[in-house]
Formats: sequence, structure tokens, C-alpha cells
Amino acid sequence: MSARPATRSAAPMDATTLAAHSARVMRWKPWELVVWALVWAAPFAAPQHAALINEIAILALFAVSLDLILGYAGIVSLGHAAFFGVGAYAAALLAKHLNPDPLLGLAFGAAVGAALGALTSPMIVRGSDLTRLMVTMGVALVLLELANKFDSLTGGADGLQGVVMGPVLGLFEFDLAARTASVYSLAVLFLAFVVLRRLVHTPFGMSLKALRDNRLRVAAIGLSVQGRLAVVYTLAAGLAGAAGALLAQTTGFASLDVLEFHRSADVMLALVIGGAGWLWGGLIGAIAFKLMHDLISAVTPQYWTFWIGLILVLLMLVGRERLFSPRRWFKRGGGA
Amino acid sequence: MTDIVLQTHHLVRRFGGLVATQDVSLSVERGARHALIGPNGAGKTTLINQLTGVLAPSEGRIELAGQDITALPAHRRVALGLVRTFQINQLWPTLTPLQSLALAVSSRLGASRRWWQALGADAAVARECEALLRQFRLEDHAERATAELPYGKRRLLEIALAVALRPQVLLLDEPAAGVPAGERQDILDTIAALPADVAVLLIEHDMDLVFSFARRMTVLVNGAVLTEGTPEQIAADPQVRAVYLGESLTGTRHEAPAATTLAGAAHG
Repeated sequence: MSARPATRSAAPMDATTLAAHSARVMRWKPWELVVWALVWAAPFAAPQHAALINEIAILALFAVSLDLILGYAGIVSLGHAAFFGVGAYAAALLAKHLNPDPLLGLAFGAAVGAALGALTSPMIVRGSDLTRLMVTMGVALVLLELANKFDSLTGGADGLQGVVMGPVLGLFEFDLAARTASVYSLAVLFLAFVVLRRLVHTPFGMSLKALRDNRLRVAAIGLSVQGRLAVVYTLAAGLAGAAGALLAQTTGFASLDVLEFHRSADVMLALVIGGAGWLWGGLIGAIAFKLMHDLISAVTPQYWTFWIGLILVLLMLVGRERLFSPRRWFKRGGGA
Repeated sequence: MTDIVLQTHHLVRRFGGLVATQDVSLSVERGARHALIGPNGAGKTTLINQLTGVLAPSEGRIELAGQDITALPAHRRVALGLVRTFQINQLWPTLTPLQSLALAVSSRLGASRRWWQALGADAAVARECEALLRQFRLEDHAERATAELPYGKRRLLEIALAVALRPQVLLLDEPAAGVPAGERQDILDTIAALPADVAVLLIEHDMDLVFSFARRMTVLVNGAVLTEGTPEQIAADPQVRAVYLGESLTGTRHEAPAATTLAGAAHG
């Protein structure tokens, strides 16, 4: 681990450079391990904040899923809540009517989210960014109204009551203080993060960045632009569905709120704050967004949106790179 | 030498009332050094877009190595070996040349769907990328973001990405366009050193480059093939001189370099 190959510079190429390069990007950097250790310590060190930690973990998973399509593949979406919402309802309905096992419900929520993603992906392939913003937002609005209309299934405006989850792995009961919930959500987030962190450095992950950079050339090297977009959109939708499932399971409740526009907007805000285009952005953004929300609301309950708006304007005008992104403090490029 | 690798049959493309491609039947032999020339508005770009699958022809067929590819989408044609470069660089600015090449090579080898192994962890991909970087003199820039490369180097990467796909037919769309004089020779050398078995179809305005490179030429005027032949035949053709060369080559001053480079090409 100590012998870092010095291949950054213009050293003469040799047959191992690319292999060394790929090994280097795959390796976890020390700060990443430290941050994850701190994140993992949180629910144990501060169990009184377990509910907040649970919310952060869920938002982080949701934001990471948005990052996959927005930050990596360059698909703008203002309707990511569509997948979050169907995942939440799917998990809640499964638990209520068929099987209360959390992992089964999680898988089901992710699968339903992914299925909706696959179904709607042809709509985001063509057109401009504005088209995509409107189409994604439209899909979420349609689903919201459908959930409202079919109240015999969803509970409509009252929400889906009486969702009782079984214990995680048959061992850990969900408790009122959300201690189990926070660790459960954190574990799912961690697993997704580890897999995605690898994924983004593979040829598949690199082809997503290539899509963002220049689709014309992606087709010109023989890759199907439509095919890739469909795959990444489905994958992201599945992750969003999993995040929604986590929320429904850990709160024992699903309501129209999971499909509301503000969810799509919040997750984009969180991602923008943390930085799109690197996986840590979703995580850091979710933490920052939720903590800011909690702190600012505690001081001035009415003016939370004023402050978040101001921060957003600053971020966009001054540039997140200059304000927050750690990778820019040290060097260009690289990062996770 | 009757091994035709790319062929069009009576290709027609209309835009409303305008006929941009008129009954074009073109044959490119394996290993050809074929130039497609014509004045502005002759329909070169429209023809290229049909060959590569950006535009569908209104009528006619396109065959690649005997296979009808008229209805195939662009990326499938690439997989079959019909590869192009762009007149205006189409690169990935945030990726490094090494990553870009690795992606292209992975795509060709069918490794691009891998989602667990790092890009370039495959030894075969890595070896090929190193070779391409050397061949295109990009070793010193391998790990910089493409956006930061000098223009000439980006132009080389544009061609390298195409060569990485091991094409049967390579369409070079004005490869030297916009390259400053100092970096031009790199491009010319690179084009001259392209593998002999690759059929190259060159679209170019630069007559020095065309005459030094092409062994066969097709002249396109108003969407139709005016004539086709060896560079000597084209240079001597009064029709061509009238409609095309007359515009850019004024009298004897420009004839001389063309003739000398022709002689050079004949020796090489």
C-alpha cells in the first residue's frame, strides 16, 4: 500500500502504466476511510440523533442515485422522486399485504423503481435538457396524482397506514428511537456506495462520463447511446426506489409526500451542494443539507428557505469548486 | 485489386425539394487511399452522414464488406468496422487521452460492459493503449484532461480514437482542419502511417494533402459524382479544372507542388 507508483507526471509510458493507473483510482484514499469511520460511528456515538441519521442516510442514497444520472451521465431530472415514491409505496404495500421482511421489501422497492426507470428511459434519450427537466417532472406529477386517485391502494391523502415491519435479518426489531433504522439505512447506503465507487471506474462507468462529455463520440466508438442511457437510468431508478423503500420501512408509513415535487428538488439541492459528478457529492450534500436544515430551522423556523436559497445562489455564482470541493483544494481531477 | 469493402448503390438524399445527394455510386477498395473532393456545398458532408448512419438515404443502398448496412444505426456500423473522425473534434474533455483510448479499445473488444474491473485493468487493453499513445505521440499527455491538450494533440487523439477501433474503412473528415503549421507535420505523418489494409476515405479541402495522399479520387459536384480517377487523371481533367480546381488553383503556381508531390507519392 505504501509504494504509490509515481505515474502522474510525464514519465515515459510502460506497459504497466494503465494497470497502475486503474489500481490507483480503485484504491480507497485515507480520508475516505476516515469519513466512513466517522459516519459509522455516528449512530453509536449519538443514538439520540438516530432518526436524523436515518434521514440523512436515505437522502444520501437518493442523492447518490441522482448523481449517477446527473453528475455522471449528464441527464438532468426534476422528477427523481417518481422512483423514490414508487419504491416507498411498493415496500410499504408488500409489508402490509404480503410479507413484512425488510430486505425483501427493499429488493422489491428497488425492483419496482428500476422497472419504472426502464419503462420511462426512452423518454429521456432525445431532446434538450429542458425537455428532460419537463418530462421527468411530468412523470413524477402524473404518478403523484395517480397515487392520490387510487386511494383504495395507496390510502390517498391520508397515506398508507399500518405498515408493520419484521425484524431486519430476523434479528433486529425496528425501535421507536430509530436506532435499528439508522444502522439499517446506513448499511444499505454503504453497500451501494462501495459497489458504485467501483462501478464508476470501470469501462461502464467511464462510458457514462463519456456520455456526459460528448454523445456523438460515444456512438462513434461503437457504443449505443440509447442503450447506455437506458441502463444507467434504470440503475439510478432502482437505487432511488431502494431509498424510498428505506423511508417507508423505517417510518412504517408511506404518503403522497414521497412523490411530491419538493423531494425531487431537495435531492437535487443536496447533490448540488455536495457536488455532482463524484460519488461523495451525494453523501456530503445530504449531510450538509440535513444539518443545515436542522440548525437553521432551530434558530429561525420560518426562514429556512431564505437561507437555503441564499446558499444556493452563492454556490452557483462563486462556484462550488472554490467553496467546498476538497479535491480542488489539492489538485485537479482525481477524486473518487 | 477488386476487393470492394465499402460500396454505395445509387444513393439519393433529398431535403424537401433540394437533392443533396444525386445517384451516388461509390466503391472503395480494401486498403484504398481514396479522396472525396468537391467545392463547398457539393454534398460531401451529407454523403458522409449517410455512410456513417447519421442520416438515412432517401433511396439506394450502402454495403460494407458485402453486408447491407443501409438500415443499421451508427454504432452498429462502427462495430462492423466503418469508423469516422470528425471535422470538428468530438472528444471527451474531462477524460484523459489514456481513458479515452481505453474506452475505445474496450468497446472494440466487447469489454466496455464490464462493471467490476477497472477500465484498463485488462492487460490486452492496457498494451494496446500504450502502443496507440506511442504511435500518435501522445505519451507525454496521456494523463492530462483532454481539454487541456494543445489543439494539434487533440487532433491526433481524434484520429487515434478511430484507429483504436481497428476499422476496415476509415473516414477522415478534414483531418488537418485548423491545425497550426507547426503541428501539421505530425498529422500528415500519422495519416501517411495508417495501416495499409485499412481503406481510407479522405474528405479534404487542402489540395496538397489530397494529392500527396490519395491514389484514387472522386469529385463530387452538386450532390453527384462528376468524375473519378487517379490523381493524374483528375488533375488533367478539364471538367474538374473548370468546376472545381479552377476556383482554388490559379494557373501554374499551384500546379507545380501538386505535380511534385504526386511524383513523391508514386515513389513511396
